[in-house]
Amino acid sequence: MGQIVLKQITKSFGTVHVIPCLDLEIDDGEFVVFVGPSGCGKSTLLRLIAGLEDVSSGHIEIDGRDATAVPPAKRGLAMVFQSYALYPHMSVRNNIAFPLRMAGLDKAARSARVEAAAKILNLTDYLDRRPGQLSGGQRQRVAIGRAIVREPAAFLFDEPLSNLDAALRVSMRQEITELHQSLKTTMIYVTHDQVEAMTMADKIVVLNAGRIEQVGTPLALYATPANVFVAGFIGSPRMNLIDGAEAARHGAATLGIRPEHLALSRDDGAWKGVVGLSEHLGSDTFFRVTVDGVGSLTVRQSGEVDVKRGDTVFLTPSAPHLHRFAATGEAMR
Amino acid sequence: MARAVSVRRKAVVTLVAWTVGLAIFFPILWTILTSFKTEAQAIASPPLFFGFDWTLENYATVQERSDYFRHFWNSVVISFGSTLLGLLIAIPAAWSMAFVPGRRTKDVLMWMLSTKMLPPVGVLIPIYLIFRDTGLLDTRLGLVIVLTLINLPIIIWMLFTYFKEIPGEILEAARMDGADLRSEILYVLTPMAVPGIASTLLLNVILAWNEAFWTLNLTAAQAAPLTAFIASYSSPEGLFYAKLSAASTLAIAPILVLGWFSQKQLVRGLTFGAVK
Amino acid sequence: MATRHARTAARIMISPAVLLLLGWMLVPLSMTVYFSFLRYNLLMPGMEEWTGWLNYEFFLTDPAFFDAIGNTLMLVGGVLLITIVGGVLLALLLDQPFWGQGVVRVLVIAPFFVMPTVSALVWKNMFMNPVSGLFAHAAKAVGLAPFDFLAHAPLLSIILIVAWQWLPFATLILLTALQSLDSEQLEAAEMDGANPLNRFVFIMLPHLARAITVVILIQTIFLLSIFAEILVTTNGGPGTASTNLTFLVYAQSLLQFDVGGGSAGGVIAIILANIVAIFLMRMIGKNLET
Repeated sequence: MGQIVLKQITKSFGTVHVIPCLDLEIDDGEFVVFVGPSGCGKSTLLRLIAGLEDVSSGHIEIDGRDATAVPPAKRGLAMVFQSYALYPHMSVRNNIAFPLRMAGLDKAARSARVEAAAKILNLTDYLDRRPGQLSGGQRQRVAIGRAIVREPAAFLFDEPLSNLDAALRVSMRQEITELHQSLKTTMIYVTHDQVEAMTMADKIVVLNAGRIEQVGTPLALYATPANVFVAGFIGSPRMNLIDGAEAARHGAATLGIRPEHLALSRDDGAWKGVVGLSEHLGSDTFFRVTVDGVGSLTVRQSGEVDVKRGDTVFLTPSAPHLHRFAATGEAMR
Repeated sequence: MARAVSVRRKAVVTLVAWTVGLAIFFPILWTILTSFKTEAQAIASPPLFFGFDWTLENYATVQERSDYFRHFWNSVVISFGSTLLGLLIAIPAAWSMAFVPGRRTKDVLMWMLSTKMLPPVGVLIPIYLIFRDTGLLDTRLGLVIVLTLINLPIIIWMLFTYFKEIPGEILEAARMDGADLRSEILYVLTPMAVPGIASTLLLNVILAWNEAFWTLNLTAAQAAPLTAFIASYSSPEGLFYAKLSAASTLAIAPILVLGWFSQKQLVRGLTFGAVK
Repeated sequence: MATRHARTAARIMISPAVLLLLGWMLVPLSMTVYFSFLRYNLLMPGMEEWTGWLNYEFFLTDPAFFDAIGNTLMLVGGVLLITIVGGVLLALLLDQPFWGQGVVRVLVIAPFFVMPTVSALVWKNMFMNPVSGLFAHAAKAVGLAPFDFLAHAPLLSIILIVAWQWLPFATLILLTALQSLDSEQLEAAEMDGANPLNRFVFIMLPHLARAITVVILIQTIFLLSIFAEILVTTNGGPGTASTNLTFLVYAQSLLQFDVGGGSAGGVIAIILANIVAIFLMRMIGKNLET
C-alpha cells in the first residue's frame, strides 16, 4: 500500500513561505512526478513527505494514518537522493543492507534480500566494491537497491538523474519506469526536467512558487494546459505565446500555439513572416519565424524542408489547437 | 603548467633550504647527540660533534634517578585521557552544530572559542584553591579535567570543520533507512569522519603533552608529567648536560614522531579552519 | 533546515559541552573577580576581609606591574616580528622546488613539538650558558669574550627561545597559504611585466595578508601567557627584567601567597587578553560565513 494524502500543507522558513497552502492526493501504485522550475518548492514538498522537514501546518496521511509527527524512519518510505548519499565507508553489499540492519533483520535474511535486489539491478558483480569505485549509473542503482530492499510503501526520488550524462539519463529513466511497472509501488519523483516528467509519470504535478499549477496525466497537461505557466513549462520546444493585438483578436489576453500546430507555406496563410534561425535535427526541423505584429514564433516541420534564412513564409495556426488564456493566466474554454 | 626549473637554480635553493632547515633543527639534533656523550665529553671544549664514544649510560641514569617511565606514563594518561574525554563530549556537540545549525550556532561557536582566549593565569588561583580543597591537586584526574576543558573548544572546532565537509544528505539517507540518532552517529558519521577525528586526536594529544602552565602549577611529585619532570632539571644540582639531554630527548621524542605525522592537520586545527 | 525532533536532539547533544565550558568560564572567573576585592593571603587563612579597589591600587601602582606590562609587550612584539618576517622568508624559500623538500619541511617544523620546558632548558644550558654553552665556545673561537645571555639580556634571550618555538608555526601557516595561491595569477602578473619583487609585493603579500593576521592573532593569545620558558630560565629576573604579566600574577599569588593581589592581576590580564581576542574572533567569525 502506498496512498499519500497531503491536507492543507504549509511550510515556511522564518518569514519565507515556501509552500503557502497545498492539498494533494497520491493513489497507491501511482508514478507521480513533481515538476517545476528550481526554487518552486518541489524538493521541499518531497522532504516534507519524507519527514526530513516538519510541516508548518497541515497534515500528511500515509495509508489513512496521520503521519505528520512520525519520524522519517517510521514512515515506511524510501528515498533516493540527488547525490545518491551512499555510505562511502561501506561496501555496496553493506550499503544495500543498511536499512535491513537498522530494522534488526538477521544476517541470513539480510543477505538473501540484498542478493535479490542486486540481481534485479545488475549489481551482483559489484557487491564487494566501495561506492567510490563505481560509475555514476552504478551508484544510482545502489541507491535504488538500498531503497527497494526495504519494501517501502512508496519511493521518493529527489532529482536522481541530474548528476548523470545525457545517454545514461535516458537508460536510467527507462530502468526506473520498468522498476515501477514490476514493483507496482507508489513512486514520487522530483525533477526540473519536463521530458522526464512527460516520459515517466502516470500523473504530473506542476509546481510554481509553492503552489500546484495543475495536476494531470502527461498528455492531458500537454493538450489542455490549465494556464500560461503550465503551457509554457510542458512541451519542448516551448509553446509559442502571443500577446497583444493578435491575441485580442481571438478574444484572449494571451494566445498559445505549439510549434507543431503551425502550418508552413511558401504561398499564403494567416501570418506572413521572415525565416531566421533554423535547427535541423534530421527527423524534424525547427524554424524561428519573425511575424510582424505577432512576434517571433517557433515552427516545427517533419523531416527536411527547403526553406532558408531570409525567405518569406506564411504560417497558419491549426484552429482546434489554439490555446486562449485570460489576463489572469487561466485557460479560457 | 609548472615550468622546468634550471638544475643550477634548484641546486642553489636546495643548498640554502637544507642549511636553514638544519640550522633550525640544530638545537634538537645537538640535544640528541649530547645525550649519547659522557658528561665530560658533553662540556668538552671545543665541542665534539661526532668523534665521541657513544654511550647509553645517561638514559639508564635518568630512568634510575628520576623514574622517567612514571612521568612518561603520567603524560600519556593526561594527554590521551583529556583528548579522549574531550572527543566524547565534542563529537555530539560538533554533530549538532554542523548538521542541525540554528540561528545561534555561530554565536555558540564563537563563544566557545572565546573561552580558549581566557588567559590561564586569570583563573589560576580559583582552580588551585578548588583543587586543593577537593583533593585534586597533584592528581592525574585533576589534570585530565583541566586539560579537557582548555582544549575542548579546539576539539569542537576542529571536528566542526571536518563534519561540515560531510554532505548532510548521507545522514538524511541514514535517517530514512531507519537509523536512530545513536546509529546515525555510530555507524555513519563516525566512520566517515575517521580521518578528521584522528587528526583532531593527534593535535590535541600534542597540545596536551606540551601544556606547561597547568601541569607545572597543579602537580608536585605524584602526577607530574614530562613537562614537570624536565623542569626539575633546571635546579643547579641537575646541571649535567648529558643527562639533561637524555631526559629532554626522552620527553620530546614520542611527540616529535606524532607531530610529524600531523603536520598537515596542524595548520587547520590551530587556525580554527581559517587557513586550510 | 531540520525537524523539531532533530533540533531537540541537537540541543541535548550540545548541552554537555556548553554547560562544561560555561562552568569552566563562570565559576573560576567570578571567584577571581571576588578574590580581587579581598585582602586574602594563603598564609593567614580566615583573615579575609573586603578591601574594595585596594588590591587594584596596589597592583596598578606597583612598579613591577609596569615592568611586567612593558616586558609582556616586548615579548609578544619581539616574537611576532621575528616569526612573521622569518616565517614569510622561510615560506618563500620552502615553496621553491628543491631536492628533499619533505625532509626539510619536517626539520623546520620540529621545534614546534618540543615542550616549552625542554626548549627553554636546552637553550639556557647548552647554548646560552656563558661557560660551556655552544655560543660561548663560538665566541671564544673567534676571540670574543663569551656573553652571559640570561644575565645581561634576559628578555631578549627569552624572546629568541620563544621565537624559535613559534617560527615553525608561522612558517607552516604562511607556507600553506602561499601554496593556495593560484599560479596563474603569478603567471598573469609576469605577462604584465611584473618582476619578482613586484610579484611579491603586489600579488603574494596581499594573498598572505589574511594568513599573517591569523598568525598574529593566534600567536598573541599564546604569547600573552608565556610562563614555562620564564620559570625555568630566569625565574622572572634579574629583578623584574624578564617578568611578564602572567609570571607576575603567578609570583604574587603562589610565591607570595597574596591571593587578593594576584587575582587583581588576573583580572587585568583577562581584560588585556580580551582586547586581542575581540579582533581574532572577528577574523574567524567572518570566515564562518564563507
